[in-house]
Amino acid sequence: MTAAEPVYRLGEFHSLNAAGRRFLYLVPAGAIFELDDAAAALLDSVGGGATRAELLRRLEARGIAEAEDLIEELRAARAIVTGDEPADDPAAPPEDFPLQTLVMNLTNQCNLSCQYCYEFGEDKVATPQGKPKFMDLETAKSSVDFLLEQSAGRRAVHITFFGGETLMNFPLLKQVVAYANDRAARQGRTIDFSLTTNATLLTPAIIGFLSENRIGVTVSMDGPPELHDKLRVFANGRGSYDIIAPRVRELIARHRTRPITARVTLTRGVTDVIRIFRHLKQDLGFHEVGFAPVTTSPDRLYAIGDRGMDGVLDQFHTLAEEWHQYALRGQMHGFSNVSDTIAELVQGVNKSHPCGAALGLVGVGPSGDIAPCHRFVDSDTHALGHISRGIDRAKQRDFLSRGHISAKYDCRSCWARPLCAGGCHHEAFVRYGDTGHPNLHYCGWIRDWTETCLKIYCSLSAQNPEFLDRFAERKALS
Amino acid sequence: MRAVNRKARRIENQIDASRDEAFALQNPQGGGQQRPHVPMGCSLSFSPGWEVDSAGGTSGLCQPVERDIYDCYVTCFWPAQVPDHLNNYPDWAAKCAAATKDWRNLDLVFP
Repeated sequence: MTAAEPVYRLGEFHSLNAAGRRFLYLVPAGAIFELDDAAAALLDSVGGGATRAELLRRLEARGIAEAEDLIEELRAARAIVTGDEPADDPAAPPEDFPLQTLVMNLTNQCNLSCQYCYEFGEDKVATPQGKPKFMDLETAKSSVDFLLEQSAGRRAVHITFFGGETLMNFPLLKQVVAYANDRAARQGRTIDFSLTTNATLLTPAIIGFLSENRIGVTVSMDGPPELHDKLRVFANGRGSYDIIAPRVRELIARHRTRPITARVTLTRGVTDVIRIFRHLKQDLGFHEVGFAPVTTSPDRLYAIGDRGMDGVLDQFHTLAEEWHQYALRGQMHGFSNVSDTIAELVQGVNKSHPCGAALGLVGVGPSGDIAPCHRFVDSDTHALGHISRGIDRAKQRDFLSRGHISAKYDCRSCWARPLCAGGCHHEAFVRYGDTGHPNLHYCGWIRDWTETCLKIYCSLSAQNPEFLDRFAERKALS
Repeated sequence: MRAVNRKARRIENQIDASRDEAFALQNPQGGGQQRPHVPMGCSLSFSPGWEVDSAGGTSGLCQPVERDIYDCYVTCFWPAQVPDHLNNYPDWAAKCAAATKDWRNLDLVFP
């Protein structure tokens, strides 16, 4: 008996054109190749499947020389396959995966009452009853020690301060920075810091401290007054724009050591992406502006809905094309949503999990409870242990195994899965009641957006490749 | 194909490396001094070792012991049982064309 001759078929990839050239995005590797004429001819010759002899004949007819090598090359890259290759899901990360980032929720209190807040809004997962409202110094110190101990092997680690409103516990923040710097220095390591704030409590002294200590700042802000004030309000319903605008201007003027970022939450009626971007970037002077649709169950009044989201995407495309034109001239544009995706494409990530939650990153609440990330802080259901006892490995395993890409059946055939991996665990929980559920409500948008960013990437790789190098060090999981 | 991101470059390097490997096997004299050849071993070809069947004989084995001599001697290097054909005793079985008939011509060696 002789074995049947292997039949070559197309591997799993997404093909696209940019700058007049053909590119392949190989799934699940996350690799991007530009096709030359010969490789393109080979892929076009495979059709519904062909034996080696048939392939060679078809290529010869197209005048392609050295077809044997070409077949081997494309087969090794899995652009073509014969069906006997092993399946290659990203492996589960090792259990002792070292921490990189700790998000410290200094307080769960806030001076604003944004309806959509995932910490205290209608879809909240937090159960703060009976727990401390402010983190104390002991818990904070233990958290720093925990981070340094659990990140062995990493020279530089990161602490993000979060809330509630972070600056409501600024005295603790100062103490933590001093303590953490001292601890890290003794081990010959470094810690860098960032924080997210609503900017209402910024003072010249605080701004001075943030700049001196190179603390990265993200301001939650939704645009010009009439949009920002819709949901970002004080408890009495008054908008917060007038309070924060002068403070933000001063922050941007005086904090010169790190780029200052705005983070916009899009909701129903707050979808004017381009106007928001122009205001935050040009009028206020933020270095970067990033957008995310609100995380919510679909029936909330502020949920955007499919049609609203399509409008958002249209405007994303306009800004993305601007970003592209800036990049061709070697300039930074400031639309973070493109920059972040480009940074991941530079590496060619193929994620086992959508983000670093419960892996390289954990959140710690005021009570010392450890959560997969800041979005789950203070939730009893999702707690992964306590800072005094460390991470509960069984709970962590459960969280990670449910969030692993191989556990998400719907993602199996999606070409965007190396980057998306099913999407935010928290969003999935709010929508579907399961952190491991793929976020099926935005698959179409994710593929559309990934395609847009891929095209920009491919175009730049042909026309201004040096520009892409600037993103090589940008954190892949932001 | 031209690699345009880091992952693609890693795949490219891997392909290049595997080409070099194939080249090295085809040209054993090419790469400077020739080093002893150490095969992967019979564990990969799933031949039985020196064994007896349930009755204490060899007839019930899927491969008779006489065949095993050559499994260990020619295709493999199993120093516990047979001389090393590849590096030190290339002529050990020279007078033994058929093991079932000529096995008496296989002699001991004294390293």
